[in-house]
Amino acid sequence: MSFKLKPDRARKYKALLKQYPDKRSLALPLLHMAQEQEGFLSGDTIKGVAELLDIAPGLMMETVTFYSMFYLKPRGKYLLQVCQTLSCSLAGADQMVDHVAAKYNLKVGETSADGRFTLVKVECLGSCGTAPVVQINDDYYEKMVGDKIDRVLDKLS
Amino acid sequence: MTAFKPILTRHLGQPGSSTIDYYLLNEGYRGARKAVLEMDGAGVIDLVKASGLQGRGGAGFPTGVKWGFIPKDTRKPVYLINNADESEPGTFKDRLLINHNPHQMIEGMIIASKAIGCHLAFIYIRGEFVKETRLLEAAIEECRSNNILGKGIFGSDFDLDIIVHRGAGAYICGEETGLIESLEGKRGWPRIKPPFPAIEGYLSSPTVVNNVETLANLPHILVHGAKWFHSIGANPESPGPKLYCISGRVKKPGVYEAPMGTHLDDLIENYARGVIDDRLIKAVIPGGSSAPLLTAEEIVGLPMDFPSVKAAGSMLGSAGIIVLDETVDMVQACYNLARFYAHESCGQCTPCREGTTWLTKILERFTAGRGRMEDIDLILDVADNIGGLIDFSKGSFGKTICPFGEAVAWPVRAFVEKFRHEFEAYIATEAVA
Ligand SMILES: Cc1cc2nc3c(=O)[nH]c(=O)nc-3n(C[C@H](O)[C@H](O)[C@H](O)COP(=O)(O)O)c2cc1C
Ligand code: SF4
Ligand code: FES
Repeated sequence: MSFKLKPDRARKYKALLKQYPDKRSLALPLLHMAQEQEGFLSGDTIKGVAELLDIAPGLMMETVTFYSMFYLKPRGKYLLQVCQTLSCSLAGADQMVDHVAAKYNLKVGETSADGRFTLVKVECLGSCGTAPVVQINDDYYEKMVGDKIDRVLDKLS
Repeated sequence: MTAFKPILTRHLGQPGSSTIDYYLLNEGYRGARKAVLEMDGAGVIDLVKASGLQGRGGAGFPTGVKWGFIPKDTRKPVYLINNADESEPGTFKDRLLINHNPHQMIEGMIIASKAIGCHLAFIYIRGEFVKETRLLEAAIEECRSNNILGKGIFGSDFDLDIIVHRGAGAYICGEETGLIESLEGKRGWPRIKPPFPAIEGYLSSPTVVNNVETLANLPHILVHGAKWFHSIGANPESPGPKLYCISGRVKKPGVYEAPMGTHLDDLIENYARGVIDDRLIKAVIPGGSSAPLLTAEEIVGLPMDFPSVKAAGSMLGSAGIIVLDETVDMVQACYNLARFYAHESCGQCTPCREGTTWLTKILERFTAGRGRMEDIDLILDVADNIGGLIDFSKGSFGKTICPFGEAVAWPVRAFVEKFRHEFEAYIATEAVA
């Protein structure tokens, strides 16, 4: 299945093309858009993006695999990204990961059987003053001490 | 000393402080107006040089001097990139500046652009900051409809537009040449220097990369003058207001604005309200995870400005202060950071790629109770192999393409040298068990 941007994103892409002084610089913005649309970056999607930008698919792949926010496989509906770096770790992030993993019976890096949650550990999210921090899809959840994380997770459907 | 009133965060908590209406009602864009309508680029550079402003992204390089490296006679376009990648562990100040007052930083970008002759500037923001990205895009749109960005801004003949560009998760894209590669759509592999970005940066054009906080200072310098700025803080060599990020085991973690040179123990005790449960401090990382930690004795009366922290054997860096209390296990903490660096090495230089992985493996062995006495010196050896011996008087040694190598080696060395007994205790415990 070949990749095509849906009309509103295609319009946005056209506008960006006019703004940027160089086409290849649109790689990250375009990959973000493609991932938003498709949920993850399949081989065909990456090829499609490479074609739009006139660069070799191999080079595109090199870019994609360098960044931790691009996913080559589908993820759960909610991507739970727990910061594991020092300040969050000092504030109890490690216990939180264990707790979430036990709650949904999954291992770090895995997606729950019902496809709702994917649990990953990430590095410093730039919010260490409100540690421990979890990013769920686009949103930050801060100071997730005690059972606060449960209250957040139980509200997600 | 007269009481210090916040400058960069003075509108914190005010309703609507992120909107242009609020900003314009509070003298917003006066500095940019002055730079664009009344001054030439060289004049702005001279003013900022005289202010003594040093970059807040980590290295503390004088901002006006950096701008002065842009060739005057270039036929290529000149680019300004606002570094909003904020990914040094312990650092969370730029996010606050963006959220509470994005226009202050945009105004700073207009001033910097005028100084270096830039007509298209970028904000490279870390990919995780989705909300902040939308906020900035909205703020830029507000500027465009108020003739503050676009063609002939403020009715002058100066054109400027700004693009917000999201990263996608990679610490190394905070390093300025890694950032430039990433902006060009490639993986963020730092470049060999020279050429420096001022000569060949984005798309081989002259480029200045400045941190969010650096830029946020500019409107105030334009309005109140170089002398005013220069007089803020205890050390005229390193003046101005500063955002200190305090995290770890303190009662009130957060971002605090105080003059440059505020003492580290004062920041911890009186701003962050001291250590949780009134425990003792074991060590403090003063400037983000790349800054070698200091012991409880070393932080007493230490002025938090660039030269003073350097003289104490560490660095002010991004002013990301992480407090480790007496209950923190230093082997675990060291392992946590080594793992971070192993994960974030871009993999381009062998000593960095292999060394960070090796360090992590050795430290993991320690935490699993399988450390060996000879491993302690092995850790030091591996660290030296990545980033050279610490000798601040001789500056950087450069075994690697970018300073990431030193950013791993120095802190790891400090952990082992200052807390060697804890590494030894790990082994002793094992022997008895
Ligand atoms: C490994 C590494 C990571 C860095 N990360 C950041 C960062 O997240 N944000 C930042 O502003 N500067 C970062 N820097 C510093 C930049 O390379 C650059 O010096 C800075 O953005 C220049 O801005 P300034 O002159 O205003 O300080 C990093 C440097 C290194 C070596
Ligand atoms: S020092 Fe490390 S991060 Fe920097 S260029 Fe070399 S491998 Fe990459
Ligand atoms: S350490 Fe978790 S946000 Fe920085």
